[in-house]
Amino acid sequence: MVGFLGRRIGQGMVVLLLISLVTFFLINLAPGGPSAAARFESTAEERAAIQKQLGLDRPLLTRYGSWATGVLRGDFGATLSGGQPVAPILRQRLGTTLQLGLAALVLSVVIGIPLGIITAMRRNSVLDHSVNALSTLGMSVPDFWTGIMAILLFAVTLKVLPASGLADMSAGFSLSEWLRHMILPAGVLAFVMLPNLVRFTRASLLEVLGADYLRTARAKGVREGRVIVKHALRNAFVPIVAMIGLILPALLSGSVIIESVFGLPGMGRLAVDAALGRDYNTIMAVTLAAGFIVILTNLVVDLAYTVIDPRIRHD
Amino acid sequence: MTRAATVPPAGEVRQRRTGLLPRLLRHPVGITAVLVLAVLYAAAFLGPFVYSASPITTDALNTTASPSAQHLLGTDELGRDVLARLLYGGRITLTISIVSMVVALSIGSLVGALAGFYQGWTETLLMRLVDTFMAIPSFFLILAAIAVLGNAPAVVVTVIGLGFWPQVARIVHAEVSKIRNFEFVEAGRALGASGSRLIWRHVFPQALPAAAVLTTLGIAWSILTETGLSYLGLGIQPPLASWGNMLQNAQTYFWVKPMLAIYPGAVIALAVLCFNLLGNVLRDLTDPRSRF
Repeated sequence: MVGFLGRRIGQGMVVLLLISLVTFFLINLAPGGPSAAARFESTAEERAAIQKQLGLDRPLLTRYGSWATGVLRGDFGATLSGGQPVAPILRQRLGTTLQLGLAALVLSVVIGIPLGIITAMRRNSVLDHSVNALSTLGMSVPDFWTGIMAILLFAVTLKVLPASGLADMSAGFSLSEWLRHMILPAGVLAFVMLPNLVRFTRASLLEVLGADYLRTARAKGVREGRVIVKHALRNAFVPIVAMIGLILPALLSGSVIIESVFGLPGMGRLAVDAALGRDYNTIMAVTLAAGFIVILTNLVVDLAYTVIDPRIRHD
Repeated sequence: MTRAATVPPAGEVRQRRTGLLPRLLRHPVGITAVLVLAVLYAAAFLGPFVYSASPITTDALNTTASPSAQHLLGTDELGRDVLARLLYGGRITLTISIVSMVVALSIGSLVGALAGFYQGWTETLLMRLVDTFMAIPSFFLILAAIAVLGNAPAVVVTVIGLGFWPQVARIVHAEVSKIRNFEFVEAGRALGASGSRLIWRHVFPQALPAAAVLTTLGIAWSILTETGLSYLGLGIQPPLASWGNMLQNAQTYFWVKPMLAIYPGAVIALAVLCFNLLGNVLRDLTDPRSRF
C-alpha cells in the first residue's frame, strides 16, 4: 500500500512536471508570448529595458528553471498588469471555485446516483425513458445558456434569487445567504454533470443486476431494498466512483464559464481575465493549479477503490 | 471527461460487412438527427442567399426591434438583423466544429496508432504525453493557448482540436493495441509488409469506427466549446457572428429583450443534441455491446 502510494505520487509529480513544461513552453515559445510585450516600445533601448525587467534576456531553459523553483516555493511570479504576487490571488480565487465545485458535486451525486438506481431498477419504464431523454437534452444545452436562462427565470422573472455575485460575509457567515447565492451556479453546474452520472450509475447497476449472487440473496429472502443497496450497489460502486473522478476535470472546465455567467470571483474567472489581459504568470499558475487538482483527485479516487472494494489491493 | 463526449467502451471489431450508412438511415433516431443537421447546414450555407438582410449592418434607430417583415426575428442591441446573424453565425460555428475535429482526429490517430502498434518505449512516451494533456482540464489549456496565439478563427479551430486529440489518441491506442495481435496482421507481416503499411492499411482502418463515433460526439463538444469561448469574448470576435458571441451581451439586454438570449442558445442546443444523438446511434450500430 505504501509502495503503491509512493509510486502514484511519483507518477503524479512526473505528470505535473510535464504540465509545467507544456504550459511554460507553449506560452513562452508562441509568437504572442511575453516577449511580445516589448514590441510596443519604440526604441531598441526601451525594448531591451523591458526585456531585462521581465527577465526575458536570459535563455529559455534558465527562465523555466527559475520559474519552476519559484513555483516549488509557492511563488508564481507577479501579475503583468498590477505587479502583485499571483499566489495569494490564486489562493483566494481557489476558495470560491472549490465551494462552487463541491456544492455542484454534492448536488449531482445526491440527485444523480438515486436517479441512476431507480432507472436501472425500472428499466424501460416511462420514468426510465423520460430521464434518458432529459439526460440527452441536458448534455446538449450549453452550460452558459442554462445559466442565463436560470437567471432569467429565478432572478429576472420570479425575483427570488440574486442574479450574480457571492454572498456578503462581512457580517459573519450565514448559511442561508451562502445557499441563496450558491444554489443557482452550483445547480446549473450540477445539471451539466448529472446526465453522465445518471447514465453511468444505471449502466453499472444493470451490469450486476443479473448476477447469480443477487438471485441467491433474493432466494434467501433478503428484502429487495437490501439486495439493491448491500449487494448490487456495492459492486456497481467502483465504476461509479471512477466516473466521479472523471467528472472532476469537466467540473473545473465548467466552472470557468459558470463563474463568468454568475459573476463569481473564482479561479475560472481569473483564467478568463488573465487570457483576455494576456497575463502570462497568472495563466501558467491557474493551469498548473487545475492540473494539480485533477491529479490529486485521481489519487484520492484510486485510494477510495480499496475502501469500497476490499478485493482491490494496491501492492 | 467532457460531458458531450462519453467515451464508448472499446468494442469488438465488427466483422460483418453490412454498410453502416444504410443501417444509420433506417434507424429512426439516426435519420431524424441526420435530417435536422442537414436542415441546419443548408440554412447556414444556403440561407443567406434567400434571406438577404446583412448580419453586420447596424441601425441605431432600430435596436432590439420586434420581429417584422423586414427583420423576421427582430434586431439585436445594435440594430443588426437577428436571423441573418443566426445564419452567418451558423456558418462559423458549424464549420469550426467540423474542422477542429479533423485536427483532433488527425493528431489523435497518429499518436494513438503509433503508440498502440509499436508499444515499448514509444508507447510509454506517447501515452504519458496523452495522460499529461488529459490531466489539464481542457478549457484551461485552451484559454492559455488563446492568450498567446490570439483568437483568429484558424487559431480557435486548431486550439479546440488540440483540446480533444488526447481522447482520440486514447481510443485509437486501445483499439490498435488489440487489433495488432490479430492473425491477419501477422499474415501481413509474414508477407513482408512494412510497419507503416501494416498500421495504415490494415490495423488503423479497423480502429476507425470507434474513433469516428468519438469524433461525432466530439463535434458536439466542439460546438459547446467554441460557443462558450465566444460567449466569454475569447473566441470569434464581433462583428463576425458566431452562435456563442451572439450571447455575449445577452445578460445586459435580456431585461428588455429575452428573445435575444433565447434564439442562439436554442440553435446551439439543437445542433449539439443532433450530434450527440448521431454519435449514440453510431455507437449502438458499431458496438452492440454498449446498448443497455
